[in-house]
Amino acid sequence: MRRTALLIALLFAAACSPAESGDITTSQASSTTVVETTTTSAQTTTTDSNGFPVVVTDANGEVTIEDEPRRIVSLSSTATEMLFAMDAGDQVVAVDEFSVYPGEAPITELSGFTPDLEAIVEYEPDLVVISYDPGELVSGLSVVGVTSLLLSTAASLDDSYAQIELLGEATGHAGEAEDLISEMQIGIDRILAATVVPPGISFYHEIEPTLYSASSSSFLGQVYALLGMENIADEADPDGFGFPQLASEYVVSSDPDLIFLADSSMGVTPDSLAERPGWAEMTAVQGGAVAILDEYLASNWGPRVVELLQSIADAVTTLAPVT
Amino acid sequence: MSDQGAVPAVGPARIGRGSWLLAVVTLVVVGIAGVLVGSVAIDPTSALKGLADGLPFISLGSGLSEVQERVLFEIRLPRVVIGGIVGSILAVAGAGYQGVFRNPLADPYLLGVAAGAGLGATFVIGAGGGSGFIPPVAFVGGLLAVLATYVLGRTAGGRTVTSLILAGVAVAAFATAIQTFLLQRNYETLREVYSWILGRLVTVGWGEVLVLLPYALVAGAVLVLHRRLLDVLALGDDEAAGLGVDVVRVQRIVVVAATLATAAAVSVSGLIGFVGIIVPHTVRMLTGWSYRLIIPLCLLYGASFLILADLVARTAVAPAELPIGVVTALLGAPFFVVVLRTVRGSQ
Repeated sequence: MRRTALLIALLFAAACSPAESGDITTSQASSTTVVETTTTSAQTTTTDSNGFPVVVTDANGEVTIEDEPRRIVSLSSTATEMLFAMDAGDQVVAVDEFSVYPGEAPITELSGFTPDLEAIVEYEPDLVVISYDPGELVSGLSVVGVTSLLLSTAASLDDSYAQIELLGEATGHAGEAEDLISEMQIGIDRILAATVVPPGISFYHEIEPTLYSASSSSFLGQVYALLGMENIADEADPDGFGFPQLASEYVVSSDPDLIFLADSSMGVTPDSLAERPGWAEMTAVQGGAVAILDEYLASNWGPRVVELLQSIADAVTTLAPVT
Repeated sequence: MSDQGAVPAVGPARIGRGSWLLAVVTLVVVGIAGVLVGSVAIDPTSALKGLADGLPFISLGSGLSEVQERVLFEIRLPRVVIGGIVGSILAVAGAGYQGVFRNPLADPYLLGVAAGAGLGATFVIGAGGGSGFIPPVAFVGGLLAVLATYVLGRTAGGRTVTSLILAGVAVAAFATAIQTFLLQRNYETLREVYSWILGRLVTVGWGEVLVLLPYALVAGAVLVLHRRLLDVLALGDDEAAGLGVDVVRVQRIVVVAATLATAAAVSVSGLIGFVGIIVPHTVRMLTGWSYRLIIPLCLLYGASFLILADLVARTAVAPAELPIGVVTALLGAPFFVVVLRTVRGSQ
C-alpha cells in the first residue's frame, strides 16, 4: 500500500531527483582531515566511537554534525531501515507513520510528506532524516537549531550505498555501514550467481493501473537491470525521468515475457490484467508469467533491496519461458 | 420549419451547408488519423484494409499481424470512439450551460459535477477499491454534488440562476476540500487520483463505450431538440416567456441532460478541462450565435477536438503517454486565442 517514494519522485522531484541523489557523497576524506588536525591523540579518530564533529554532504550541500546524535527522528522509511540495519536503532527516538520495518522501530504518527514542525520538535531530536522536503522543513528545523539530512530517492544502487555510508558517518556507525554495504553486495552477487536468466527476456513492471512503469533510470529499474532483462519501459523514457506512463498498445505489442505487479493493493491481479482490452492474448498473461511484488519493498531503496532482488529472481526462475 | 417565424434570425442561417460539410469532414479525417497513428507502427494501408475488413461483407486481407489487429480493434479504436463521445458530450454540455445561464464562462463542470465526481474517484482510490469501481462512484459523486447545488440554490435564493451558480461554487469548494483532506491522509494514492484529475483514456475499451453511449445519445438528443428554445432563451426570460416558452422547464431539462451526460463522461475519462468552453466558443465565432447551428456543430467539433488531443497525448512522447487534460489546455488555449484574434480582426 505504500509507494510514496516513487510517488514523490514522480510528482515532485521529477527532473532533479537523479541529479540530486547523485550529488550525495560522504566527504569522509575531508572530515577525517579536519578531525586529524584538531585532535591531538592521533590514531583513534578513525574508529566509530567518536569522530565528531563530522561534515557530510546531503542533497542540499554540506551539513556539519557536531556531536554523535542520540535522538534521531527518521521521516523516511528507507532511512529507518538503513539506521536499524547499521545498529543505530538505539539512537532513533521516532520514525514516521510509514516506517513499518523493522518492527522494533518506534513508529509514530509523524508524517514525512506533510511534516508538522512542532510535532517533530516535540521529540527533541538532535538529527532529523528526511527523504522529501515539501518546502520549508529543512530551513524550519535549522531555525529551531535541529540538524537535518535530506536523502532523496535513490536513482541507483550506488546512490543507496552512498546514503548508507553517509548515515554511518553521521551517526557514528561508519564501520557498521561499510559492513552493511558489503553484506548487501555479497547478497546481490549470490543471487545473481544463482539465477539463470534466459537470454532476451523482457519484462514490464507496473506501478499503478494507469500503466505507470519504472525505467532503468529509476532505482527499481536498476535492480531489474542487474538481472540483464530488457525493460520495455526504457524506450518510453528517453530523458531518463524514471517513471514513464506507457501506452496500452505499446505494452500489448511489446508482449513482455514477464509482468511484475506492484499495484495489487489497487485491485490489480493476474486475472484482472486479462480483462483489459487487448491484454488477454499477451504471452505473459496467457502463460501465467505474472508476479506480484511486495509494494513496500519495491518502493524503498534500503538494505532490503536484496530481498526485492530475490523475489524478482525467484519469479524469473519459476515463470520465465524456457528457451 | 414551422417555428422559423417565431424565432428571430439570430445567426446567419445560410452558412449552414458549408459548416456541416467542414465539421463532418474534419471529424472523419481526425477519426481516421486517430486510428492510424499510435505508438505502435502499423502500415496505414494495412490498417485501413483491416478496418474495412471489420465491416460486414468485406474481406480484403489486410495482412495485419494478430498483435496489430488487437492493438487496432481492442485498444486504439475504442479509445478514438470514447474520445469522440466524451468530446461531444463536454462540448455540447458546455454550449447548453452557456445557453441556459446566458453566461459565456459557464462550463460542464459549473454546478459541481467535476468536484463531486473527483471526490468519488478519490474515495474509491483512497479506500483501495479496484479501478473498476471508479466510474460508478464518480458518477454518483457528480450527481450528488449537482443535487446538493440544486437544493441549496433553491432554498437560498429561489429560482434565480445566480443563486444556482453560487450554490455550485459553494458545493464545489466543499467537495474539493474533502477531496484534499482525503488526499492528505493517503499520499500513496495521490498519483492515481492526480492522473484521474488530468483525464485518463489510457485503459479504456469497448466496455466504456457501452457505458457512455446511452447517456451521450439521450443528452445529445435532448440538447439538439432544445436548440431552438435556447435561441429564444437568449432573448431574456421575460421575452422568452412572452413568446410562450416555459423558461424554468427548459432550463431544468437542459441542465439535467447536460449534467447527467457530463457525469457519465467524467466517470470514464476523468476530468478533461477546456473542451466545454473552447469548442462552443470557437463554433460560435465561426458560425454565429444561433444554437440551431452551435449545438449540432459542437457535437461534431467536440469529438474532433478530443480525438485530436488524445492523438497528441498518445504520440507526442510515444511510447509514453501525456495526460490528456494537459494537452487539451496546451492545444486549446492558444488555438482559442488565434480564433479570437482572427474573428475580431475580420469584423
